[in-house]
Amino acid sequence: MIERNLPAIIPLIFLASALLIPILGLWKKRISFPLAIFATLFSASLSVYGFIYVIINGTVRYNFGGWIPPIGIEYVYDPLSSFVVLVINFVTLVVLTHSYIPVTIDLEVKQTAYYSVVMLLLLGFNGMIITGDLFNLYVFIEISSLAGYALIAVGEKKAPFAAFRYLIIGTIGASFYLLGIGYLYFMSGTLNMSELAAILPMIKESPTILVALILIVVALGVKMAIFPMHGWLPDSYTYAPTSTSSLIAPIGTKVGAYAMMRLLFFVFGAEYFSKELPVGDLIAIFACGGIIFGSVMAIAQKELKRMLAYSSIAQIGYIGLGIGLANPFGFIGAVLHLLNHSFMKATLFFIAGNLRNKTGNSDITLFDDSYRKKYPWTMASFTIAALSMIGLPPLAGFFSKWYLVLGTIENSKWLYLAVILISSLLNAIYFFRIIEKVYMKSPTQSKDSGTNNFEIKRDEVSASMLIPTMILAAGLIVIGLLNVVIVNQIYKMMPVGM
Amino acid sequence: MLDFIAGHYDYWFIILLLIIGLYGMIMKKNLVKKLIGMTIFQAAIILFYISGAIKADATVPILSDSISNGQPANYINPLPHALMLTAIVVGVATVGVAFALLIQIYKRYNTLNEQELIERMK
Repeated sequence: MIERNLPAIIPLIFLASALLIPILGLWKKRISFPLAIFATLFSASLSVYGFIYVIINGTVRYNFGGWIPPIGIEYVYDPLSSFVVLVINFVTLVVLTHSYIPVTIDLEVKQTAYYSVVMLLLLGFNGMIITGDLFNLYVFIEISSLAGYALIAVGEKKAPFAAFRYLIIGTIGASFYLLGIGYLYFMSGTLNMSELAAILPMIKESPTILVALILIVVALGVKMAIFPMHGWLPDSYTYAPTSTSSLIAPIGTKVGAYAMMRLLFFVFGAEYFSKELPVGDLIAIFACGGIIFGSVMAIAQKELKRMLAYSSIAQIGYIGLGIGLANPFGFIGAVLHLLNHSFMKATLFFIAGNLRNKTGNSDITLFDDSYRKKYPWTMASFTIAALSMIGLPPLAGFFSKWYLVLGTIENSKWLYLAVILISSLLNAIYFFRIIEKVYMKSPTQSKDSGTNNFEIKRDEVSASMLIPTMILAAGLIVIGLLNVVIVNQIYKMMPVGM
Repeated sequence: MLDFIAGHYDYWFIILLLIIGLYGMIMKKNLVKKLIGMTIFQAAIILFYISGAIKADATVPILSDSISNGQPANYINPLPHALMLTAIVVGVATVGVAFALLIQIYKRYNTLNEQELIERMK
């Protein structure tokens, strides 16, 4: 019984808790955090169950209001969407646990509103992943974006301006998407994704479909911050409060990437957008530009959060490259990187948050040996996540790059292969300069004071921040070791005929 | 050629509105004017959907004996209107959030001019 209704239950949990939190928050402000954790825990455990159920029994479809699909809205829980829901909800659970202390410090009075908006954000993300209807996807894009603007704007002094710029760019993106599905709707007469996929081969010669495809790629490109459309990302991630940036950075752009995969592979079809049209190549070229641009800009940054934001642009490039290659290895690489990067970026933003919690800033130039002595476990997690970002084997980051490299070789795209290899070197530069400082640079203040004798005491962050960091860092090793199991499941997520 | 231009005259106005909206968002320095450009852009898309639903010699989609004989061809397509009601609601919510952000920006920097804002942020 619960399996049949699973696609609707998961977004509705978040909608219900988004409404419950402000009401119960009037009575007791402290109840909002446990409620948010409970809702996320509930939907995370449902998505574990749902993923196993879908892998064994096949796709679950839920018709809203009992209307049959071409007329009504359909929610589809297939292997790919159930996998992404699982990743998003698990990472969110860990992020919310970690954000308890940052939220109480940064946003004391706004706590209730904050958690309520977080629930709306998750409603938007989960809805975007599960829905099988083009217009419904637009509505969920806007729900998650509006919640995202609000969450970014509660940050530092500059945050509202960063959020306003994101709002203007994000709304143009969403409007392009609306225009694109308008073209598709007037050509095909349907908004249902699976029905549209069946109709498109008959009308694909029309230039209208081509324009619709380009508008949709641009729109979702803005949401996933692929290279020329990335302008909103660095400022938003830097000035947002710690809790927001560690929530939006790992999952926000990934959901955009998922929506692009869903529409390109499952609606337009890999054959159409990559063989008959050069759209796949264009996405891959822009993604390569993003990989190089993001990595080079990351090297130039002096602030950890800003560096991670630029590194996000580079990493989303890998997913874009996998989509653009449009072959099985590229698809595996993109889906695997979606999982790996959400773990890696969450860990790294946690560490930026931990440092801000203890020292008040996360300026890279101040890093030295004392950080290792004060925060040994935080820095160990940082090293694991950094090595995974660079792509050293047994860690997770290696395997997604491996499949992307296989994909470029299969398509004989040697330029893309060179970009992946060069970007690994660039990653090594910007992470090793931090690792080197943390483990080797002796503290400067000991020279000033003239005494080398005083001991630096261990001053690790509290358990509610440290344990989530270490869980995700350990997760990177586990994903890396279990990658064969995961890739075998990803084969089941591929669109038919790939 | 003339038929093509005259036959699609509503679309030319929609394209013009889209361009005006984009121009406002990109070229205007004042943030409120950028926001106005954004709403013009959204309004153009709403008009695009509505004009796509139009059918010659068709009536409002209400099932009633006095209006029509019940043939589906005699009604205009009601779905784009329903979709646009949702899109209008989304647009209103976006403008609401944007104004809230503008109030915060003005409180902190005492200006809404983009150039001055960037200077004051340094």
